[in-house]
Amino acid sequence: MKPRSSGSVVRLAAPLRALAQRFSFLLLVLASIALMMVGKIESVSVDTARARVTDAFSPILDAISRPAATAARVIESAVEVQNAFEENQRLKAENARLLQWRQAALRLEAENASLRTLLRATPEPAVNFITARVIATPGSSFVRTLVVTAGRRDGVKKGQAALAGAGLIGRVIEVGEWSSRVLLLTDISARVPVVLESSRQRAVLAGDNSDQAKLLYLPPDSPVQVGDRVVTSGHGGLFPPGLLVGVVTSASERGGVRVLPSADLSRVEHLRLVDFGLPGTEFDSSPEWK
Amino acid sequence: MTTTFWQRLDKAGRNLAPFAVTVMLVLVGLIRLPAPSYAPIAPDLTLISVYYWTIHRPDLMRPRVAFLIGLLQDLLIGGPLGVNALMLVVTQWAVVNQRRLFLASTFLLLWIGFALVMIGAAFLEWLAFSALNATILPLKPALFQGLLTVAMFPALGWLLIRVHRAFLNE
Repeated sequence: MKPRSSGSVVRLAAPLRALAQRFSFLLLVLASIALMMVGKIESVSVDTARARVTDAFSPILDAISRPAATAARVIESAVEVQNAFEENQRLKAENARLLQWRQAALRLEAENASLRTLLRATPEPAVNFITARVIATPGSSFVRTLVVTAGRRDGVKKGQAALAGAGLIGRVIEVGEWSSRVLLLTDISARVPVVLESSRQRAVLAGDNSDQAKLLYLPPDSPVQVGDRVVTSGHGGLFPPGLLVGVVTSASERGGVRVLPSADLSRVEHLRLVDFGLPGTEFDSSPEWK
Repeated sequence: MTTTFWQRLDKAGRNLAPFAVTVMLVLVGLIRLPAPSYAPIAPDLTLISVYYWTIHRPDLMRPRVAFLIGLLQDLLIGGPLGVNALMLVVTQWAVVNQRRLFLASTFLLLWIGFALVMIGAAFLEWLAFSALNATILPLKPALFQGLLTVAMFPALGWLLIRVHRAFLNE
């Protein structure tokens, strides 16, 4: 009985295999398209698979990103030596200005503290920072993400804000064991609820894969000026209100309102992942956020 | 003369070279250079490698190998799954069909051939991303990426020839 059945399997398998060989191109094309569909529908399990693979390769990426960063730093420092004098002058002026601001900040902090005691306001929850190094940026024209060296064992969670320099640069979309992926503000699928700092006008910051993001859902007659600061509004509960996002660089009828992120996204080497401990930040993969 | 176990192992290892080199290039392509606007137009080194090995060793760069490499690239890039896999499989298929032409031609023609393949691949990538995002995305970054990749072709091609001679010359 057994040899006969295995024989028929072989008889059936051989032509099937020939068929598969002959149409392997077509099969693989169909498999690719099927994967695109699966990625759209089953995004959670795809994210898990992706986090595993990124985890597996992150030690290698970490190792090869170090010499590249060092080489870039050497070149950059050579350029910096050239304009050290002007840079020094500029920094001195800036330092003098910042010292004044520091005085103002200290005065305000003291005033704030005394007013808080008068009001019995509850203190804001403590903020935890996780510092991570950027080890990879995809060389693709259509995706804007970063891979960083901190993962679940460092306390990274999906939806945490990523800050660099003065402001927000993105949020965590995928967490592995010791690596995670940050979706930048400029990615085409990134949406951040923001508010214009001067006019308190609400809007949604949307990336479009260019270096600047655009503002959506602004009323047509809202007063937007070049140089306006854009900060997070806190709506949606993912980010706390008041984080600096960027500055308006152009506002026109045709081109819409463009916002330049406050941090230079192509030069971010280290970033801070921040757990603001907000209530209700439990990330759910609703289509609005993906 | 019969081949011993070690000879067979050695051969298998050498035959892995095209795959290993291409995977390495996937990883090298992920390195960030702190130059403004570099990442969007970083050259697609993987495509050069698949093109080269398909012409010279199609037995070691089969469609499923190209598919696997593309899938790995998709997973590491963080974009939608299947886009690079599709791109590399189509590239492999297109090149293997015109292989005799490529094999007989000079380096310059090889380079022009690659430029044509790159245009097709960039267009395919743009089409896939536009369809997946349900909008028409700007084509310009993909074209610049293509230009940079074509410019990188001679340098990487030279490197691949060295690898080819070192590991697979029999």
